[in-house]
Amino acid sequence: MKRKGKEPVLVVTQLSGGNDFMNTLVPYASGHYYDARPTVSIDAGEVLPINDALGFHPNAAPLKELYDLGKVAVVQGIGYPNSNRSHFRAMDIWHTCEPDKVGTEGWVARAVRELDPHGENVLACVSFGKGLPRAVAAPGVPVTSLGDLERYGVMTDVAEEERGEALDVFKRMYTPASTGPEPAMERLSQTGLDVLRGIDLLKTAPETYRSNVEYAANPIAKGLRDVARVHLADLGTRIFYTQHGGYDTHANELPTHQRLLGELSGAIMDFYQDLEEHGAGDNVAMLVFTEFGRRIRDNGSGTDHGSGGGAFIIGPGVKGGLYAEYPPLAPSRWLNGEDLRHSIDFRGVYSTMLEQWMGLDPVPIVGGAFEQIRPFS
Amino acid sequence: MASDNLALTAHLMRRAGFGSTRGELEAHAARGYADLVEDLVNPERFPEVEEDVLERYYGWLEGVQGQVWAAVWIYRMVNSQRPLEEKMALFWHHVFATGVSKSDHPPSSIQQIKTFRRVGLSSLREILLELSRDPAMVFWLDNNENRKGAPNENYGRELLELFSMGVGNYSETDVKMAARAFTGWTFAQPLGLYPYGFYPSRFVYREEDHDDGVKTFLGSEGNLNGHDVIDIIAGQPATARFIARHLYNFFVADEPQVPAWSVAPPRDPEAIDALVQAYFDSGGEMRSVMRVLFNSDFFKESRFKRIKSPAELVAGVMKLTGANRFPDTRALDYADATAAMGQQLLNPPTVEGWHTGMEWIDGGTLNERVNFAVGQAQDAASPGVKAIIDRLAREGAPLSPKEFLDRCLDLVGPLTVGEETRDALLRHASAGGDLDLNADAQREAGEGRVLRMLQLIVASREYQFA
Repeated sequence: MKRKGKEPVLVVTQLSGGNDFMNTLVPYASGHYYDARPTVSIDAGEVLPINDALGFHPNAAPLKELYDLGKVAVVQGIGYPNSNRSHFRAMDIWHTCEPDKVGTEGWVARAVRELDPHGENVLACVSFGKGLPRAVAAPGVPVTSLGDLERYGVMTDVAEEERGEALDVFKRMYTPASTGPEPAMERLSQTGLDVLRGIDLLKTAPETYRSNVEYAANPIAKGLRDVARVHLADLGTRIFYTQHGGYDTHANELPTHQRLLGELSGAIMDFYQDLEEHGAGDNVAMLVFTEFGRRIRDNGSGTDHGSGGGAFIIGPGVKGGLYAEYPPLAPSRWLNGEDLRHSIDFRGVYSTMLEQWMGLDPVPIVGGAFEQIRPFS
Repeated sequence: MASDNLALTAHLMRRAGFGSTRGELEAHAARGYADLVEDLVNPERFPEVEEDVLERYYGWLEGVQGQVWAAVWIYRMVNSQRPLEEKMALFWHHVFATGVSKSDHPPSSIQQIKTFRRVGLSSLREILLELSRDPAMVFWLDNNENRKGAPNENYGRELLELFSMGVGNYSETDVKMAARAFTGWTFAQPLGLYPYGFYPSRFVYREEDHDDGVKTFLGSEGNLNGHDVIDIIAGQPATARFIARHLYNFFVADEPQVPAWSVAPPRDPEAIDALVQAYFDSGGEMRSVMRVLFNSDFFKESRFKRIKSPAELVAGVMKLTGANRFPDTRALDYADATAAMGQQLLNPPTVEGWHTGMEWIDGGTLNERVNFAVGQAQDAASPGVKAIIDRLAREGAPLSPKEFLDRCLDLVGPLTVGEETRDALLRHASAGGDLDLNADAQREAGEGRVLRMLQLIVASREYQFA
């Protein structure tokens, strides 16, 4: 297949549950931090320092390594006014860019509509994981949603040897009706055939993929490996969406969070090494976000829902470093007496990715003009 | 071929409930259509679902582990002997769309659905009154912030716009007056844990926070309180029409989405007129309106004119396969399945509710719908599938490919399919020749063929319609 040039590609990685930013990029020189976190803190001696104030969680060594290579932009203190503490609602807000009313169109889907206005490539946006995040959903925007690349498509529960025949019957059944247009039937036909086209195209991805990188066996490693395989198959996908769950660490946070950060940072490292091995990483940037940060004070075992978390922009094209401001830690500066203050609106970070990386006008996509950062110049 | 009575009964049970097993269907058909409608609109004739069985398996039913509450509802959809009671609860959930996302307080949402179950077939006046006193709704639309001297219009507005009359039938002043009338209608929470503690909330009327000034609402003047506003609303022709369109869209045939109703005429104006008439003839009793609806010609002629909602699809597949008849370890998977298809129960995306009809379908959701149905139909040991195989075997003589296909379409629905689907399935059936389930040497292969045929049928576009 002809290589489609080096159009920029965005990989969105969603950390579901609310990642504890303070324990990801640890303010190890702050007494306020240790005062607020008598139980759920990372010892100063263990962090991986990036300067005399901040250091990565010890289990995020691969992320630190990428940071040292100048490939990680840390967006400190990301959020929005009146941060919502409900997982569902907060995730909706991040997905739709509508903090004040309930939105229905996802920001990624709106971007895909700009990238592929006629919906010509059913793989313009590919989402990995169960269900369709609202970020990638909008009427008329085809999105391919996969649980598992090997088993993607319809009729996956039909035995292997009969699946070809089942797909053939499916295709015939979804042939546009000859008996005049009936809109609902037409929509079903079109959608069914789009799904089949997606299956046909995606089939090549696992078949042609070869790599020396061995990803770990965890959901985010699997997800990013799938992203790599589809990206390397050159199917014209411009935005990938993938998820890593389990960040809702109300209890027993330390071991859980340690495992999650190990999985995440290892998977990101493997992903970029994989792309580098194939000379296919230069046009890929990743945005890692979560729906909210966690409360400043711990609860004796974990941390409760808070605000003002952090995001990461990662890739060879990224100018690494710290962006926006780390939330102030003095108790007098805590938001509502308990939360991290944000210093940049998440819609400004989306705008950064959309305008400076994807070359799109971000204003209609995120619903306004927001202050951006400059991690690509 | 199926008798028309059987097909019509199946249609009624898909719409008034969530489908039926073949055994149920035959019993219903024998009862006779009009009598069956009476049974449906009088659910108290039949026992309730025994929730203590569920509690033994799922633990505290109002707990918050995963989507237990949604799983329990799906179980009820499949197993309730009062199908219309459950369907009306889903109907009102669509109309009075309240999301657990804002409150993070499942007990209130569960309580709201229980209320819909309890009053769903009573008068609209009573239903709106219960709705206005419902803590989940009060919080969802901020009526707890609707104070004397500082009204919050959210509930007053949506009550008129989305829950009763529809835009264009009242003024902005009416919205303000309705909001004032509902000041003091709030709820209490026994424990103030974040966000409110997982304990049931209860309605509270705070006299001292109620604005008892004179208000003029839709032409009536006085010291109007919330229930006066509801009385006035329930008597409006616009309300009867709006509810009639909702009923038509949910029970009869897909309409455009609600925001289009002020400009797009109904698909069948006479049907709407008939439902409006039934509303006023009965003083707004939903039981009577539903009786008229199910007995009407426009209903009987509306077979397969609606795309199934995810809840209908999932529960309907279980009626077919016989799954989930007993508390089931896969219960949460079923709840996740409707969510993946775009309908997370108790968590509609907005107060406008789910967009229905064609808008249920996109690449991701169709993939989920097809794979769910095909996956469920793959188990030859599931009671529904086994019953179908046994029935085909009892026919004795080998079945020609055409007979094989027709019997399967009949047993799945009866389902009517278009030319393309029929040709595709017949071609598939013909490749295997005659089906003989009684020849020992062919039994296993024959069962495999039946399974495959069922999987292909539930994967069809036609199966997406109710």
